[in-house]
Amino acid sequence: MATEQGSNGQMELHGDELLVVDGVKKYFPITRGIIFQKAIAQVQAVDGVSFSINPGETLGIVGESGCGKSTLARCIVRLLDTTAGRIMFEGRDITNVSRVAMRPIRREMTMIFQDPYASLNPRKRVGFIIGEPLEVHKLGTPAEVKRRVQELLEVVGLNPEHYNRFPHEFSGGQRQRIGVARALAVNPKLIVCDEPVSALDVSVQAQILNLLKDLQDDFGLTYIFIAHDLNVVRHISDRVMVMYLGQVSEVADRDTLYREPKHPYTGALLSAVPIPNPERGRAREAIVLEGDVPSPVNPPSGCRFHPRCPRFVEGHCDVEEPELFPFGNGHVAKCFYPLERWPMTAEEMRRRGTARAQEEPVQA
Amino acid sequence: MALLEVKDLRTSFKTEDGIVKAVDGVSFTVEKGQTLGIVGESGSGKSVTCLTIMGLNAKRTTMSSGEALWKGKDLLRAKSSELRKIRGDEMSMIFQDPMTSLNPVHTIGKQLVEAVQLHRDVTVRVAKARALELLKAVGIPKAEGRIDDYPHQFSGGMRQRVMIAMALINDPDLLIADEPTTALDVTTQAQILNLMKRLQEDFGSAIIMITHDLGVVAETADDVVVMYAAKVVEHAKVHDLFNRPQHPYTWGLMGSLPRLETDTERLVQIPGQPPSLLRPPSGCRFHPRCPYVMGVCRTTEPKLLATERDPSHLQACHLDQETKDREANKLIESTMAEVG
Repeated sequence: MATEQGSNGQMELHGDELLVVDGVKKYFPITRGIIFQKAIAQVQAVDGVSFSINPGETLGIVGESGCGKSTLARCIVRLLDTTAGRIMFEGRDITNVSRVAMRPIRREMTMIFQDPYASLNPRKRVGFIIGEPLEVHKLGTPAEVKRRVQELLEVVGLNPEHYNRFPHEFSGGQRQRIGVARALAVNPKLIVCDEPVSALDVSVQAQILNLLKDLQDDFGLTYIFIAHDLNVVRHISDRVMVMYLGQVSEVADRDTLYREPKHPYTGALLSAVPIPNPERGRAREAIVLEGDVPSPVNPPSGCRFHPRCPRFVEGHCDVEEPELFPFGNGHVAKCFYPLERWPMTAEEMRRRGTARAQEEPVQA
Repeated sequence: MALLEVKDLRTSFKTEDGIVKAVDGVSFTVEKGQTLGIVGESGSGKSVTCLTIMGLNAKRTTMSSGEALWKGKDLLRAKSSELRKIRGDEMSMIFQDPMTSLNPVHTIGKQLVEAVQLHRDVTVRVAKARALELLKAVGIPKAEGRIDDYPHQFSGGMRQRVMIAMALINDPDLLIADEPTTALDVTTQAQILNLMKRLQEDFGSAIIMITHDLGVVAETADDVVVMYAAKVVEHAKVHDLFNRPQHPYTWGLMGSLPRLETDTERLVQIPGQPPSLLRPPSGCRFHPRCPYVMGVCRTTEPKLLATERDPSHLQACHLDQETKDREANKLIESTMAEVG
């Protein structure tokens, strides 16, 4: 798959990308047996994902739970080893570098985790938590570390006096600020944010989103921003990648994706988001997908979305796997029967799809 | 007579640190076939309000006062045996977390049958037929084959459907849904909300929808109650709330929402954190976070009063009507601006 995606324009590299992910796969084995464990099946959590990020850009990744977005994030920062594919950071292949060789690279990319309650050690003081990355990388004397930590606390909007407090003395939003400060401590170039605001209340969520934007402007950060909330992703991203069952189904710059989605899955996701406006929300017709995300152990044949797709064409979508077709300007979508316009009603989506199918199977 | 009439409900919990007033003077009514949305952040008292109505708080550490009139009968003063008869039959609840609210060691069929037999004197066979009917109604594919499955064999969305089936199995007059879609993906959320809407049309139940998501409220509710720090700050018809919000907290909630349909570079943020209910702020509880705060806000608690032009639109804020109208219009204009 990786080579196919490479050939259709998505992977045209210009040399100064910060991060290049090329055909990355991550399979988890399902084993049986106690002493002699043998793999009986594989969970194809990430299956051939390619993309690149330019410095200073924010790439949003959306998808339902189980689509492999978190696994992908963990592969990128090398918390998980990949099964296949390449990850290049600043032109250097980091897919298989040793732990020791990886260490200086870890200073360049850090991660913010989803759960601000579970990701901070309850027995350590905030000063230690934020300063730990500096100590690990031996950046500065204890006095310098302390000064840096207080500076970071101020940057993320916390009181530098709270250096000696424990995580439980902070609210959820403040804890997420501590997580942000820790990720910032080593002056990274890339921060991978894995659902950083989904555990927070809306008013606090807005504070963290604004903070992340300000930090990006101040320090020229690059973000990979993973979330299941399409509103949040739209707010923060420059480009958005939609994932379904371990694969990329659509990539486009933010405005294009939200204004002219091509993949029926993207369309269904967009129309499922409740609109906080009673007139507009109730007037539009949501395209409700049937059923659940299929199991990544045994993904559907052909296009992985075909069992739930309103545009499904028998004998085509379930047999042949679509590649990521280009729509210009870096917009790609993995679909044989892309949407013609947006918004569409569920009825239109279905009708147009079959109408086109009657003309097209010969050519296809 | 209203189906449910809650009057000046107060609930407080005894904790090691002192008394927490989790609900402080909440009133609302729910009419037959209507949906009431209760919105607020975590800790605003929206769930406790409903747990108190249902009589599900731990008795030893909870003190409640006020009235919750169910078809004219006060639930707060009802005996446990009477409450047990009402709960699960006339009134039922869908909990937030479908992963933990089903019993993992019994099949879903058994749990559904139990719910029927607690309230109806019927045989297992009849109860099971009813369970199957409901599983089909909530859209579980191949329900016959799945009725003897255990909860872990279902996905999150499917488990939430089982919870809804269980809540609806005795045709309740009122369904309390506590964040029914928060743990779910948007696509599954759309399925569940559609399902609830359809079942409401078919069965004519009233719904109390507790949520922190203004989008969900906008799409489902008829009336909306906005809660902040254990109190109601605004109460209005859904169209009035979204077109003429009257309380600075409501403005903050609406402004802090990233939206699909509009472009905003920066979100309006409500500064600070929700207050501790152990020592709530003096005067208006929102005053430490309110950008429009005046001297009177710090000392005097605003009453929940009707606005001049609309007796059904209640709000608790000291600001004058002119300022409110101006700010509300500003907010609506900024959030209504279409993209491109």
